[in-house]
Amino acid sequence: MTDTALSMEHIYKKFRKGEIYNSLRDFLPAMTGKMFRGQELNAGDKREFWALQDISFEVKRGESLGIIGRNGAGKSTALKILSRIMKPTSGRMIVNGRLSALIEVTAGFHPDLTGIENIFLHGTILGMTKREIQSKLDQIIAFSGLEEFIDTPVKRYSSGMYARLGFSVAAHVDAEVLVVDEVLSVGDFVFQQRCMERIRSVIATGTTVLFVSHNLKSVTEICQRAMLLEHGKVVAVDNTDAVIRKYLSSGSTPEDPGKKKPVYISKVTVRNRAGEQSTFESGEKAWVDVEVTAREALEKLAVVIWFKDETQYIVFHTSTERLGFAPFSLQPGGTYRCTFELTLNIAHGTFHLVTQVYRYDIQKGYDKREPATTIFIGSTTAVGGAVNCFPTLIESETIVPSPQSCEV
Amino acid sequence: MKEELQELYKYRELLYMITYRDIKVRYKQSIMGFFWAILMPILIVLSGVVVRYAYALVAHAPLKTADIASVAIKSVPWAFIVSSIRFSCNSLTGNRELVVKIYFPKEIFPMAAVLACLFDFFVAYAALVIFLVFMKIGWSIYLLWVPVLLSTMILFCLGIGTIVAAISLFFRDVKYIVEVFLTFGIFFTPVFYDVRMFGDRGKWLMLNPVAPLLEGLSDVIAHHQPPDLHWYMYSLVVSLIAFVSGFVLFKDLEPAFAESI
Repeated sequence: MTDTALSMEHIYKKFRKGEIYNSLRDFLPAMTGKMFRGQELNAGDKREFWALQDISFEVKRGESLGIIGRNGAGKSTALKILSRIMKPTSGRMIVNGRLSALIEVTAGFHPDLTGIENIFLHGTILGMTKREIQSKLDQIIAFSGLEEFIDTPVKRYSSGMYARLGFSVAAHVDAEVLVVDEVLSVGDFVFQQRCMERIRSVIATGTTVLFVSHNLKSVTEICQRAMLLEHGKVVAVDNTDAVIRKYLSSGSTPEDPGKKKPVYISKVTVRNRAGEQSTFESGEKAWVDVEVTAREALEKLAVVIWFKDETQYIVFHTSTERLGFAPFSLQPGGTYRCTFELTLNIAHGTFHLVTQVYRYDIQKGYDKREPATTIFIGSTTAVGGAVNCFPTLIESETIVPSPQSCEV
Repeated sequence: MKEELQELYKYRELLYMITYRDIKVRYKQSIMGFFWAILMPILIVLSGVVVRYAYALVAHAPLKTADIASVAIKSVPWAFIVSSIRFSCNSLTGNRELVVKIYFPKEIFPMAAVLACLFDFFVAYAALVIFLVFMKIGWSIYLLWVPVLLSTMILFCLGIGTIVAAISLFFRDVKYIVEVFLTFGIFFTPVFYDVRMFGDRGKWLMLNPVAPLLEGLSDVIAHHQPPDLHWYMYSLVVSLIAFVSGFVLFKDLEPAFAESI
């Protein structure tokens, strides 16, 4: 018995984009034509592209690995290969034990069947036996919180209820390897919390977890290690914080500086004492430099900055004008620079810095960079949540009940 | 192949669940419910009776009870063959979400389609039994052939079903070709007529692997005689080849399903 739960060795996956003959009417003439011209059938090979290139990694039993990367980096393809839905073009893959995927949690549902029928249907699709489902039925229903509607055809469910039921079934599959892909975006806050709890308890029982998410905070909470994919290649496999740092620093490529806009934000940097950074300590001093360049003459402008967390919730905002600076005016080609000094009293997580040029009196927004950059606040074990109130414990006492008061 | 069969066996409950879903959904959706299962067979039987009546008029012979029974006996299985191939043909493309998202042996889809049609078939056959009893058609020891002939037929449908399901995933116009074959197949298959009407040339019709099975059913139920053993063996071999090659082809193409659908 090895302690490797799953591994990929030099996995390559090639996709063909562009013309695919999906009807005989097109395929047969194309094929005969090519035969006569003596060409090969695969003449269109220039149009292929590699979704995954030389992916190798290993996950030990009981470990949880996060996979992060931008859209199109190959995360979903990697998961599809792991869950055997797709076959790699070349390479070797090992999965030890039953693999269950929390990928598309409602794929197995049929709208005309009732909640309970769908539990059985979806459960068997996910590889559970009927007896297994029967024994977990109460748990599944309770987890979904849909006791009242369990005999209603699921086509009458709201999309949230639909997803909740799907997740509840999928979360109750006993698996040695669990693959989670961005499913936590379903349901309301309470349900999301319950899902995270469930994943944590699954990890606690020694299940190997592969977690794919754009929610970096959840990744840091769940995974000890992470892998960063970029254009189908492994860029980094390391402890989660290091990989996230790498991910964030690779991301802030300056965009086209506001084409044709009368005024645009030409530069945004966030730095601490050591210089420009993407990772900061909670409570640290940081400076945000914003540079604005005008193409036309404009007046009464201000610079506004926000911090948004990963749920797009605005945790902080301010502006030059609100900080007491007079609105500024710009000539064509003129530049304005300002620096905000901030104390980062925020708890660990990922925060997007949004900047905008704004004119208060006519409430007109000009160029907006969203996100201008992204920063990551390293985890402080002492606090959690969104803000850091820098707590200190100043008194601690244990009160032992006296014998008399016990009888009361 | 052994591994793949083992895996299929492991997922047998899923086969049952998908079949159950297909049946349940079909009966839930139609107001007519069980009537749906016998509607198509009834229509085929009625058209067969009309055709048979025309033969009788041309031949200046009376329309015999056995002839009507024979038409009914052959029409109901024919309806099963047509619907099971039609449903399996669409079974993969109709379950796109599951094909793309979740791993399990996908031959379950065409198999479940055939099994769901088999359920309809049994409902219709139960109606047929009542009809035959009413017609006082009688019985004989040869009725023991019925399950043998039917299982061969199911084997044939499973084979053809998996083949057309897999191919129609890659070529979307295959289902129209299949549809044309199913529509006109009735003219090349002894459903409304008997092979013996063609005398010696009947053997050409028997090359259709379905023909010996339908004729066999008619022989053992309506005419109280054993089926033609040689032709039955021919059908059995063709069905086995269809089943095995269908399974192998399906398994060969399966890895490409998710990215081609």
